[in-house]
Amino acid sequence: MSDHESTYVPKTGVEKWLDTRLPIIRFGADYMSLPTPRNLNYWWTFGGILALCLMTQIVTGIVLAMHYTPSVDLAFASVERIMRDVNGGWLIRYVHANGASMFFIAVYLHMLRGLYYGSYKAPREMIWIIGCVIFFLMIATAFLGYVLPWGQMSFWGAEVITNLIGAIPVLGEPILIWLRGGPAIDNATLNRFFSLHYLLPFAILGCVVLHLWALHAAGQNNPVGILIPKDREKKDMLPFHPYFTVKDGFAIILFLILFAIFVFYQPNALGHADNYIPANPLVTPAQIVPEWYMLPFYAILRAIPDKFGGVVAMFSAIGVLFVLPWLDTSKVRSMRYRPTMRTFFIIFLVVGFGLGWCGGQLPDAPVLGSFKTFTLVDGDLNSYLWLTRVLTAYYFIFFLIIMPLVGLKEQPLPIPATISEPVLTGADAVEQKG
Amino acid sequence: MTIGMKTVSIKTILASAAIALGLMSAAPALASGVAATPRSGGFSFEGPFGTYDQGQLQRGYKVYHEVCAACHSMNLMHYRNLGDRHGPFWNPKYPNPNDNPVVKALAKEVQVGDIDSETGEAIQRDATPADKFRSPYPNATAAAAGNGGAAPPDLSVMAKAREGGADYIYSLLSGYKAAPAGLQIRDGQHYNPYMAGDLTPFWTGDHKRVPPGGFIAMPPPLQNGQVTYDDGSPQTVDQYAKDVAAFIAWTSEPKMVERKQAGLGVLIYLFIFAGITYVAYRRIWKGVAH
Repeated sequence: MSDHESTYVPKTGVEKWLDTRLPIIRFGADYMSLPTPRNLNYWWTFGGILALCLMTQIVTGIVLAMHYTPSVDLAFASVERIMRDVNGGWLIRYVHANGASMFFIAVYLHMLRGLYYGSYKAPREMIWIIGCVIFFLMIATAFLGYVLPWGQMSFWGAEVITNLIGAIPVLGEPILIWLRGGPAIDNATLNRFFSLHYLLPFAILGCVVLHLWALHAAGQNNPVGILIPKDREKKDMLPFHPYFTVKDGFAIILFLILFAIFVFYQPNALGHADNYIPANPLVTPAQIVPEWYMLPFYAILRAIPDKFGGVVAMFSAIGVLFVLPWLDTSKVRSMRYRPTMRTFFIIFLVVGFGLGWCGGQLPDAPVLGSFKTFTLVDGDLNSYLWLTRVLTAYYFIFFLIIMPLVGLKEQPLPIPATISEPVLTGADAVEQKG
Repeated sequence: MTIGMKTVSIKTILASAAIALGLMSAAPALASGVAATPRSGGFSFEGPFGTYDQGQLQRGYKVYHEVCAACHSMNLMHYRNLGDRHGPFWNPKYPNPNDNPVVKALAKEVQVGDIDSETGEAIQRDATPADKFRSPYPNATAAAAGNGGAAPPDLSVMAKAREGGADYIYSLLSGYKAAPAGLQIRDGQHYNPYMAGDLTPFWTGDHKRVPPGGFIAMPPPLQNGQVTYDDGSPQTVDQYAKDVAAFIAWTSEPKMVERKQAGLGVLIYLFIFAGITYVAYRRIWKGVAH
């Protein structure tokens, strides 16, 4: 697809002049006419949605930074001043705060789509790996941003997360002090977090450019998962515009409706009430919980009894995604044709939700009823601690054992030779054959 | 060699997941050390179209000013805010609330500290609409010292800082109860079933029947007939609690009405836009197999 021929013909004198000096219009025109597999479904619209999310966060964030004061004495009040005295400030702040959640909803769906349809497999490994970098940067940016309002959850979240770095043997303590700008979370911490929170989105933007570049080099995957042969391009592909601009556009508007419902009617539903209490280093909240989108990883962290072990497990949970292209041994991309793997994938989905749920509970609390069963090692069997451990085990087993093994042993369903075949006969008809 | 090819149906998995989640969510309600669920204050500002009741906000301000303000600050509020659109003393004749005579008069009742611009000496003067609500204590240390070590929290965003919002504030203020027999109350503490906490260590009765709620340092702040209403509303603790909770809901989220109104417009726009785009989508893809 990278070698798709340019069909742009400069018409006006200005265009011709520009085209020989900086072919930027050609670049845009080629992008719009990019041949795109005609069978892309709505799971493929999250790329566009994510681009919108990033731009929304950057634009609202720049405006918020004009009014925000990064000082431990003034941060909380400056955020509330934005809500009260800045024209439209309540809207800008609620869009930014809920925008982070929307960004994560979209990115999780985008990643699960990649997982289900095997979008990480050759020749698309680089697209996937850069995507993982973006996801990691998003988590870092979101964490830094949550600290800025300097509420109770901001402060104590920063305390818990930076303390994790302190768990690294030998180097932990110096890194911790370097990260915080002192022995404790204080004004220096807030200032550098603000600086980094402003920086990282532009690093994300740079990675997005690489992500798209890699995408255009390797070409888009599609629900059938087969590579489209050169001679089928005319039959199986459609130009990006207008076919996919209108499809992405429709999906974006539906997404904006969800976004608007949160911003205008439930602006604080995804946050924590404690973050409207100004930070107080002397009062620890009853329960310190991160934002919902970090809960699965927070659960994995707490599942391991050793602090450093927990940190390793948490980072491994993200790190394992980077090597996914080499853990999956199956040549078949789409799980449409891998019924065994699909079952494990659905269990993985349930486990992911379960981990998120566990991350928000007290580890010692009972899962079923209020009765105790028996103590296993360091906790009652009927506790979130042990449920989290079981789910964490599946999370890693899924990637490290199930994926390589199933790929070697399963018998995939017959794969259509072209993407037109299931289009014309109906994708379900193919699925049922197995 | 192949792994078992029998696929578990998606429905079976989803159904079992739903049951598992249902069981898990039911669990916390049975745990001990949980506060009572707040009662509904039946507030006018609930729901997607709810707005503040101006009369209630005025009464709420009166309760705050005469009772709560003796100990609790509202550092994010200025007197001018009282005359803001959708606020307690909003008057369309005065789009700039600093001109509003009611707001001016309310501010004038209060003395605030300042620096004399000629001599630089500390003085007391009448407040103006531009001033912040006067804080009852000069600093947090004084606030804590005057209240047995626990500084009364600032109330500006209290409705957003507690689960349950205005319902919680209403329930807490009107929900004081005599401590159940068997509960050891510490000095300077009061029992309230809506307060967060865990009473297990102070409970000498049946360990399976630990009373809900926790200890609160604030003694019951409201008494029947304490604040005089001139609009005929009942002068009861229940009514006072409701009104001041509504007032705090407004100070916490003064732009709520604008937000909901804007939201209605945005959603109508988006639904129409979605409809038009869907029609465009169907037209463009007409006859294109995909």
